[in-house]
Amino acid sequence: MKKTYKIDVDCANCANKMEKAANHTAGVKSATVNFMTLKMIVEFEEGQDPKTVMQEVLKNCKKVEDDCEIFL
Amino acid sequence: MNKKQKKVLIRIIAAAVLMILFSLLPIEGYLAFGLFMIPYLIIGYDILKKAVKGILNRQVFDENFLMAVATVGAIILGDYKEGVAVMLFYQIGELFQGYAVGKSRKNISELMDIRPDYANVEKDGKLEKVDPDEVETGSVIVVMPGEKIPIDGTIIEGNTTLNTSALTGESLPREAKEGDDVISGCINMTGVLKIRTTREFGESTVSKILELVENSSSRKSRSENFISRFARVYTPAVCYGAAALAILPPVVRIFMGITPQWGEWIYRALTFLVISCPCALVISIPLSFFAGIGGASREGVLVKGSNYLETLSQTRYVVFDKTGTMTQGVFEVSGVYHNQMPEDKLIEYAAYAESFSSHPISKSLKNAYGKEIDRTRVTDAEEISGKGVVARVDGVPVAAGNHKLMEELGLGWKECDQAGTVVHMAVDGSYAGCILISDLLKPHAKEAISELKKAGVKKSVMLTGDAKKVADQVAEELGIHEVYSELLPADKVNKVEELLSQKSDKERLAFVGDGINDAPVLSRADIGIAMGALGSDAAIEAADVVLMDDDPLKIAKAIKISRKCVRIVYENIYFAIGIKIICLVLGALGIANMWLAIFADVGVMVIAVLNAIRALFVKKL
Repeated sequence: MKKTYKIDVDCANCANKMEKAANHTAGVKSATVNFMTLKMIVEFEEGQDPKTVMQEVLKNCKKVEDDCEIFL
Repeated sequence: MNKKQKKVLIRIIAAAVLMILFSLLPIEGYLAFGLFMIPYLIIGYDILKKAVKGILNRQVFDENFLMAVATVGAIILGDYKEGVAVMLFYQIGELFQGYAVGKSRKNISELMDIRPDYANVEKDGKLEKVDPDEVETGSVIVVMPGEKIPIDGTIIEGNTTLNTSALTGESLPREAKEGDDVISGCINMTGVLKIRTTREFGESTVSKILELVENSSSRKSRSENFISRFARVYTPAVCYGAAALAILPPVVRIFMGITPQWGEWIYRALTFLVISCPCALVISIPLSFFAGIGGASREGVLVKGSNYLETLSQTRYVVFDKTGTMTQGVFEVSGVYHNQMPEDKLIEYAAYAESFSSHPISKSLKNAYGKEIDRTRVTDAEEISGKGVVARVDGVPVAAGNHKLMEELGLGWKECDQAGTVVHMAVDGSYAGCILISDLLKPHAKEAISELKKAGVKKSVMLTGDAKKVADQVAEELGIHEVYSELLPADKVNKVEELLSQKSDKERLAFVGDGINDAPVLSRADIGIAMGALGSDAAIEAADVVLMDDDPLKIAKAIKISRKCVRIVYENIYFAIGIKIICLVLGALGIANMWLAIFADVGVMVIAVLNAIRALFVKKL
């Protein structure tokens, strides 16, 4: 399953870091952050609940870039 | 400017004023330190906070860390003013970057502002504005002059001229009348329209296009991936380099028995850190691609991802489908030969004889005749499969068909050496001439091929299922290098594979088709370009690049846009890395001071961003 989330982040490098952090979150098959449109496209692994996974993704993103937001 | 940016701007001004004020005062020692700490903290508190958080979260080597270390270091060395200045310029740079990116983001989304906000639905004789998402298929919507058509549908009342420029980049308005299918995103210019929707909003052309463009920069190009990998290696490398620069030379000097000059080498190391920030690269590359894709979509060229823009720029071979790509795919009478009676009389007989047939050929005959067909004049019409038609028109026996029909009827016929479909005619028992029907070239087809040559395409190849004679003639007329005719769809894939294996690794092959029955070839080529895609989902799905209208000139245009964009990307890569390396070397040698370092960081970034925005301007290519 693929879902798109709106995000807010200030710099392109930070967006790259968010992408990396999201990709390393359990339950995420692949994640792409599009800095120009401020969107994060997340593909979840089979049988995962997007809501709980996204909480983790947000936590991991906050770790690498304090100043970011994902609108869940 | 948003709220956050305004706050930063106020901090920048406050810190700048204080810094200038304090540097004019004759202050020394602890007093100077105390006073300069005020602007330093005003401008840098958030950076310091982020740096500390970064260390706590084990994300050490980021820009905040670099800036914090560089400025704290400068302050410890007693260069208070420079410490504040570095932080100040870093913030100015960040602000500018945020502003420029936000601005171009807005510009580009305005360019692609085709999303309709509402649909008018008639309820109890009154018009009501509703969310287009809520309109069900089959309902009737009303579009006033000046409004966008929100949902695909068929006109049931009214006629108008439509402005399709937001979709196709084509400024010529299009006429539409009752019974015509219209697509969402067009602007209704003159008349009030009632439209019966044929799709849901989410399935309508405008939604499909928006979805495609918005997701396009998610497919990253090789240059973008290169930069993210580069940044990952680069920042730690520079940090270790700086540490080595601060420690190694003084230690060596101690062993050599000369003064270690710790202050000098630490200052050099800090300069090193300021220069090293990878912002310019990391921001300008995706920004260039985003601007390029935005500019292209304004011209009616939809590119599905940065990677495709990159591939497109390396295109050296272009393979075309013939029908629908280079030709209009509409058959028209192009000549009458060996006629034994006036041309219009012959065409009239042909049109009548074929009037009961729904074959494309009979349609073109009817078009050529141009008048209403009075079917009562035709009797005893009979279709002879694979050969043609025999019928009585006004009681006169007429036969229209290929040479086999003429032979069957035992009539002498004359060879027609023109390329195209030939309809032989026999009227009242004797041969009356032949009518040539052929597919017309698109108006810009020839120009398109020569533009492609100018754009650096080495070889153009045409593939077609059509007869050799027709194909050769078209190819010659257009100046196409190679032509392969009488191919079945599977043969086209084989041919493209053959061409793919012949070219060198760095050259790319593009296939251009109308997307209807060439999906396998579109996906087999390095890059598939579908044209005339307005309203055709299949084409939008199958291709990597979609040309919204069916003008072949747009192929060359798309290639030129991609070239410009990729050129800007490389300019930025070479420029930013080049300047940084030069400054790093100068910094290590002690020639560059903190001020040059600030230019290397902020100045390079500003220039790279401005250069990236150039990719948006593609109108005159």
